[in-house]
Amino acid sequence: MEESSSNVLSSEKPGKMKRTKKRSKGKEEEQEEQVFNFNKPADEGDDDDLSDSEDSVYSGLEDSGSDSEEGEEEEEEEESHGDDGEDEDDAEGEQSQQLQTEVKKKGSEGEEEKKADEYEHDSSDEEDIRNTVGNIPMEWYKDFPHIGYDLDGKKIYKPIRNKDELDDFLDKMENPDYWRTVHDKQTESDIVLSDEQVELVKRLQRGQFGDVNFNEYQPSVEFFSNEVMLHPVTNRPADKRSFIPSLTEKEKVSKLVHAIKMGWIKPRRVEDDSRGRYYDLWATEDSSILAQHKMHLPAPKIPLPGHQESYNPPPEYLFTDEERTLWEQQDPSDRKLPFVPKKFSSLRQVPAFPRFIHERFERCLDLYLCPRQRKMRVNVNPEDLIPKLPKPKDLQPFPTTQSLVYRGHSSLVRSISVSPSGQWLASGSDDGSVRFWEVCSSRCMKTVQVGGAVKSIAWNPNPSVCLIAVALDTVVLILSPSLADKQVVLASERLLAGQQEEEPSEGAGPVWSEAEGEELNQGIRLKIQHPKAIHQVAWHAKGDYLASVMPDHSSHLQVFIHQLSRRRSQNPFRKNKGLVQCVSFHPVRPYFFVATQRSVRIYNLVKQEMTKKLQANSKWISSMAVHPGGDHVICGSYDCRLSWFDLDLSTKPYKMLRHHKKAVRGVAYHRSYPLFASASDDGSVIVCHGTVYNDLLQNPLIVPVKVLRGHVITHDLGVLDVTFHPTQPWIFSSGADATIRLFT
Amino acid sequence: MGGLQKKKFERGAATNYITRNRARKKLMLSLPDFRRLCILKGIYPHEPKHKKKVNKGSTAPRTFYLMKDIRFLLHEPIVGKFREYKIFVRKLKKAYGKTEWSTVERLRENKPTYKLDHIIKERYPSFIDALRDIDDALCMCFLFSTFARTGKCHVQTIQLCRRLSVEWMNYVIASRSLRKVFISIKGIYYQAEVMGQLITWLVPYQFSHDHPTDVDYRVMATFTEFYTTLLGFVNFRLYHSLNLLYPPKLDAKTQSELKEEDEEDYAMDSESYIEKLSALSASLARVVSSADEEDAELDQFPVEGEDMEKMEAREKEQKQQEAQRKMFQGLKFFLNREVPRESLAFVIRCFGGEVSWDKSICIGSTYDVTDETITHHIVDRPNIDKQYINRYYIQPQWVYDCVNAKILLPVEDYFIGVTLPPHLSPFVEEKEGDYVPPEKLKIMALQRGEKPANEQEEDNDEEEEEDEDDEEEEEEDDNADEEEDDEEEAEEKNLKEMEDKRSQGKSLQVKVTPGKVKVENPARLEQEEKAEEKRLAIMMMKKKEKYLYDKIMFGKKRKVREANKLAAKRKAHDDAEKAKKKKARK
Repeated sequence: MEESSSNVLSSEKPGKMKRTKKRSKGKEEEQEEQVFNFNKPADEGDDDDLSDSEDSVYSGLEDSGSDSEEGEEEEEEEESHGDDGEDEDDAEGEQSQQLQTEVKKKGSEGEEEKKADEYEHDSSDEEDIRNTVGNIPMEWYKDFPHIGYDLDGKKIYKPIRNKDELDDFLDKMENPDYWRTVHDKQTESDIVLSDEQVELVKRLQRGQFGDVNFNEYQPSVEFFSNEVMLHPVTNRPADKRSFIPSLTEKEKVSKLVHAIKMGWIKPRRVEDDSRGRYYDLWATEDSSILAQHKMHLPAPKIPLPGHQESYNPPPEYLFTDEERTLWEQQDPSDRKLPFVPKKFSSLRQVPAFPRFIHERFERCLDLYLCPRQRKMRVNVNPEDLIPKLPKPKDLQPFPTTQSLVYRGHSSLVRSISVSPSGQWLASGSDDGSVRFWEVCSSRCMKTVQVGGAVKSIAWNPNPSVCLIAVALDTVVLILSPSLADKQVVLASERLLAGQQEEEPSEGAGPVWSEAEGEELNQGIRLKIQHPKAIHQVAWHAKGDYLASVMPDHSSHLQVFIHQLSRRRSQNPFRKNKGLVQCVSFHPVRPYFFVATQRSVRIYNLVKQEMTKKLQANSKWISSMAVHPGGDHVICGSYDCRLSWFDLDLSTKPYKMLRHHKKAVRGVAYHRSYPLFASASDDGSVIVCHGTVYNDLLQNPLIVPVKVLRGHVITHDLGVLDVTFHPTQPWIFSSGADATIRLFT
Repeated sequence: MGGLQKKKFERGAATNYITRNRARKKLMLSLPDFRRLCILKGIYPHEPKHKKKVNKGSTAPRTFYLMKDIRFLLHEPIVGKFREYKIFVRKLKKAYGKTEWSTVERLRENKPTYKLDHIIKERYPSFIDALRDIDDALCMCFLFSTFARTGKCHVQTIQLCRRLSVEWMNYVIASRSLRKVFISIKGIYYQAEVMGQLITWLVPYQFSHDHPTDVDYRVMATFTEFYTTLLGFVNFRLYHSLNLLYPPKLDAKTQSELKEEDEEDYAMDSESYIEKLSALSASLARVVSSADEEDAELDQFPVEGEDMEKMEAREKEQKQQEAQRKMFQGLKFFLNREVPRESLAFVIRCFGGEVSWDKSICIGSTYDVTDETITHHIVDRPNIDKQYINRYYIQPQWVYDCVNAKILLPVEDYFIGVTLPPHLSPFVEEKEGDYVPPEKLKIMALQRGEKPANEQEEDNDEEEEEDEDDEEEEEEDDNADEEEDDEEEAEEKNLKEMEDKRSQGKSLQVKVTPGKVKVENPARLEQEEKAEEKRLAIMMMKKKEKYLYDKIMFGKKRKVREANKLAAKRKAHDDAEKAKKKKARK
């Protein structure tokens, strides 16, 4: 080893620093210190190199070479081990002093011969200091024979190297120290590392301290401990700033204080754990809050599931294929069930319900979004809704059963009429015949072929004559069926005969003529030729006057009143007030009822004025009947209604009865019993009890008592006409099935 | 004259209602805040009687709130909290934007919170009111407690919901108030009777949820926030009414037992405690340790007549309930691992049974499979390898059906591998005229105490007999047909003979047979008369009443039709089954 270099390891950073001192020989002794940081990377080492070279500049190493001795070095090493300073500078100072003394003792010698020796042995980094080229990239001098210049400006020549690759190889093969030979670029020389150096390198490679003896785990001395020592660790006086309050701090604090004052910063909240804590909320129940909840409507609960929601429902609750397709086609809001019932053979196979969260969410929406309304649910017993009426049994007599059927006509029977005596029944049919039946035996006594569809037929209500008015096409025939006592027949003959003075008829008026020949034999006595088709005929109660109806929109010639005894006709109306449907005479007083399409007009025949107009709230009146008392009128209409008018009460119907399913064709009052009936296209005749009280304050009592069926509906027509027996509680009805039926 | 003209919509109904938007503006809240407020305070829109009047003549569809309700909301302290929260969020955003982390921290510490206690007290002035409305709260809590911690809602909410639902179940067990259970395709319905109130809730099956995208979880979360608070208070009160500790503590005895076994499986004591509670296998600790709760017996009051009957009926009912409550007493159940543990443990414990399961499924199992005293082993698989001879291996439906039938049903129908009888809804109460499934009739017969086994045999016999009968009948039918044919032939022959005779000019033998008297059934006649009377009376009804009457009758008819349809379907199914069986037999 070199005598000039020494390694000093500071105790604080042991092994990290290495100090090297050199002494120059040729000039004054100088000490250089070199600090090497072993652990630092190479570039830091370069810095060290720089300092080395500076040192070496002063040391004049090139000339003097190395002046150290081995012994000296050892001593130095020992010394360096001995002194451990925590402060680098101090330690260095001491070291240099020591070194100086040593140098003085031993004196200095410079040997040039030793140089080679020196290079041979030298393996440490610091020996390159001998060369004073400075810290320059060596490749600058790559092509030159020298490697730099010394202090005097003379070239320093590279050592002669005449080794080629072969030599190198041989060297590698033969030289046992080859592995520890290092080439130094700066001095261009090979250095063989000593055992110690190799050991050191190995230790450093292992990450250990360079110094073998260094104890890295030695106990540290606690300077700043809890024990108050006699002397201060440092004797430095306290700073001024340590006892003057800080301005910046003050600024910060004042800012915070201001923010707190202004309420911008709130003091840290006390951790409130009462949020999750429960207590007896209803310990004191006061009813005062209850008052607020008057308008509160609690949400209805979710309906409970039925059998079909079961995971294993009875088989009848499962959907069939059609039901399933229907369910799939329906809009989700129309579906009866929001899910398809399913069957699983065991609980383990039941999957999660995919719409579970949806349903819960919908419930939430219902709870806070759905408007609530208190709805009164009608929980009525349907039986209570049925009105309490007197029992039909108590209202007897009324027709109950079909007792006779009069067959003979071949087409629908439009009109029937009963003789005032109640013995005979006349019927007119579309087959062009009028038949006379005996009521009790249902025998057809007489058939008169009139040669046209009979629209209407009416028996003279006067019991002292026996005449019948028949309307067909544009003619009204007066028939004398001669089905009564001789006297009555004679009286009727007289009536027909006693009218000889015939007035000249007006231009458009009907023409009266007497029947002749065959027709006379059949009983036809008179013919009244009208200008238009006749729809209905009606007798006055006395039996002298006869009204005929010719419905026409455009003319005022719709109604004629004929006087039989004087063979006179007249048109009572000057104006067209609508399509006349039917007419009727008041049974007692001189009133005349005209039913137009929507209303019934009542005319006073004496005063020649309209007294009343009844509003039937129906679309199209079909038929009308006047109560034998004359104060009540019933109207049947094609829109299935029957309206009962109380003339004393109002012009509006007292009662509307919607009993029929189809158009009402005919209505009738019984002459003596409190009964009325309506016939309809649905094939039924409904008999109602209608008591009329003499007391004006008491309203009529109307109770349906019997639905009579029997007629067969043909061509959508059922019962066409209905009439009561004048004395018995019997009813006749004629239908589109060409029969007449008697119900008793 | 004189005076100002009255303006429209300034009085009356128009001033009693307010539209949603106007209400929102009046309260100065954003729509989400308004929604939350409405949910928490239980304010809902009202449907006015005359919408046009309220809507100032317009018929546009609007939702209306009662003006009173909105005015009531004005004074709600929570509204202020909402505003504070809004400000908090704004500040926090700003701090984040400026990356002032200390401010963020400080703000977070001062995050405004609110409590709902007063709202609950206000909405439910008495405890019974709260109980009446607890259905939805329970459904919601049970649903939220099954959510995974996936960020659909706060983890704390899920944990709280789980805690509360476990507490509720423990209460129901302790009070033995469960009445009905129903396994539906949606989940399991439970019905309990708590303080005279029937409370029904639905628990979804234990599967992870497929979270739908068209559901607003904020709304649900707000509801849950309210419901958890409500349920907490209700639980507290209920626990105290039973002298139980709240928050619930396990019985000291069972606790120590459990501790020995399962301690090492769970890291934290707090974690395992809720698990142990939710295992539902242990009873809870009481404030006053009473060995057995004694039911208050009804005092006997001297009563007469009808009251007496009522009293007797009530007593009888109570006795029945008592019997139902102790239905599973003394039975020891063991749950196999594939059955829904929580549901079954809950139900069995509610009716006094002992229950255990495999140790690896859940904490809190009390005995092992090998226990010889187990009476029922609940299995839901087609077969099981190792069977013990002294216990029944039954399917889980048995437990539920027993609860609904209120008696122990015969186990034969529920053995492993047996096709289960249908599971019927206990919530359906058939009125007269409704369709009653035959299984229900069978159960009702069992409840009355008739013997089931014999009946079944009889049924089988009957069926067989019927089968035979059918066959015979068919044969008979064939015979009859043949006979008829014969008769016809004979008649024809007679006629031919007669015609022949006529053509030959011989006189026919005229026979006069005595006429038969038509027997008229007086009762039937009377009935007909009555029907006619009714028909006539119906004709006389007023239009309005007629409409109502028709509607009611239509509804009734539809019901009958539906019942008939179900019955027909059942019959068809049974016939098909029978045919199949026959085929199989052949």
